[in-house]
Amino acid sequence: MIHVENLTRFYGDFCAVDHLDLDISRGEVVGLLGPNGAGKTTTLRMLTGYLPPSDGDIRVNDFSIRDDLLEIKRLTGYLPESAPLYHNMLVYDYLTYIARIRGLDGDRQRNRIRELAALCGLTHIMHKSIETLSKGLKQRVGLAHAMMSDPEILVLDEPTSGLDPNQIIEIRDIIKEIGREKTVILSTHILSEAEASCDRIVIINNGRIIADDNTADLKGANRGSGLRLILRRAALPDAVDRLAALAGVESVLPENGVAGAGSGEVAELRLRLQSGGDTDIRPAVYAAIKDTDWVLVEMVRETRTLESIFRELTREN
Amino acid sequence: MQQVLHILNKEWKDYFLSPIAYLVIAVFLLVTGWLFFSTFFIYNQADMRNFFGMLPITFAFVVPAITMKQFSEELNTGSYELLMTLPVSFRDVILGKFLACVLFIAVTLAPTLVYALCIALMGELDWGVVAGGYLGALLLGGAYAAVGLLASSLTRNQIIAYIVGIAVCFLLTIVDKMLFFFPRHLLGLVNHLAAEAHFRNIAKGIVDSRDLLYFFSIMFIGLYATHLTMRERM
Repeated sequence: MIHVENLTRFYGDFCAVDHLDLDISRGEVVGLLGPNGAGKTTTLRMLTGYLPPSDGDIRVNDFSIRDDLLEIKRLTGYLPESAPLYHNMLVYDYLTYIARIRGLDGDRQRNRIRELAALCGLTHIMHKSIETLSKGLKQRVGLAHAMMSDPEILVLDEPTSGLDPNQIIEIRDIIKEIGREKTVILSTHILSEAEASCDRIVIINNGRIIADDNTADLKGANRGSGLRLILRRAALPDAVDRLAALAGVESVLPENGVAGAGSGEVAELRLRLQSGGDTDIRPAVYAAIKDTDWVLVEMVRETRTLESIFRELTREN
Repeated sequence: MQQVLHILNKEWKDYFLSPIAYLVIAVFLLVTGWLFFSTFFIYNQADMRNFFGMLPITFAFVVPAITMKQFSEELNTGSYELLMTLPVSFRDVILGKFLACVLFIAVTLAPTLVYALCIALMGELDWGVVAGGYLGALLLGGAYAAVGLLASSLTRNQIIAYIVGIAVCFLLTIVDKMLFFFPRHLLGLVNHLAAEAHFRNIAKGIVDSRDLLYFFSIMFIGLYATHLTMRERM
């Protein structure tokens, strides 16, 4: 549905988005992830037609952003970061204005505003001035704004930034609700956010895509897994040697820093084991510990979190 | 065209959501009312020539106050981004905002029709000249509004937009009184650039195509330059 090809954007000499290629099909919820200044907002602004690309093209259905800008704007609903709405207008007046610009009138306009008010929970604040609303409510009005024409594509720039946990869950539920039928592209630097609401995650850094996969695959991509141990009555060099000798264990790192390093027996020894490949090293580790008089207090397998993937990927660059 | 009307409607209502509109109208009426009527009875003539005579100067200060927020505020709050991702073109936005300003100028002028009615009660008022005066005032207001919109599109700071607007409008008003600063061969051209002379002709009741062309040119240049600024801003 959306085909981004060779998308590039310069601000003066600075290259914010660097030859980006991306295909998004209908009904996908795509999370655009990246550290601050990675080019997320610039990419979204180009997708919504606010900024023209310096090079490359964006095609939505059969429309090109270069020739059919208005058509693409018609198909797209956009919520910029921190929802910069007209603060002096009433919520109802604002939504009516947007509905008119979006070409809705008469009954369709009234019904659509009523629907959105119910979906976004605005019914009790329709008569309030936007400047008096809390950040979460403003964000919900912004969502209603973006969804006014029931657009095929919904673009949300950091939809939950600055909200409290309850509000985040509310907004997330709304996004999920929409994501069932529509294509949603959202940017965020909160990883749990992307994990919770997106089918697919695209990580960008310095204007380039460094990972693009569906959420489950990205997390499950098996590049080895970690095991965290807490042992009592174990001496350091001995413990490390014994565990490192096991098949499948790539490295053993003591984690209690200076206190543990070289000082022999410590009250509680924390170790982090890294295994290569798919093998499950837990039985072997347990068997090795059983032969000694160490006490195993805790053994936790670490699944790769999005955080760790994100940090690995963005640090390399 | 539909979109122009929607934007016009929104911007027009917007003026009356804040006290700015009422303040601008009040100050305008206070200043022109006082300046006009303080000499009216001494002058002892049933016409509005003095009223229209000082309009170029008062408009140079009042119109930029009306236009200053149009783009600056949107740029400052970021709502410009929302506006430009709606299915509207630059032309729709510029024309909508411009027409809202002109409409507001018309409303600011409307109460002064009472002056005309009062004068008509006291003496023989030539309504043709008065009509010419109001037509000229609208054209002058439109030209200054185009200049003010351009100033507003250049900056996200409303105060800068206001001061730049005043500077250009004031210059357009008085440039024909500063002719001794210009080289001889430019005098003819500079003289034609002055808004006041063109306005004076129309306010006398002489609607000459040269004067109309002048005002429409200023409007076109101002709005087109605004268009270019918006494009450059992307």
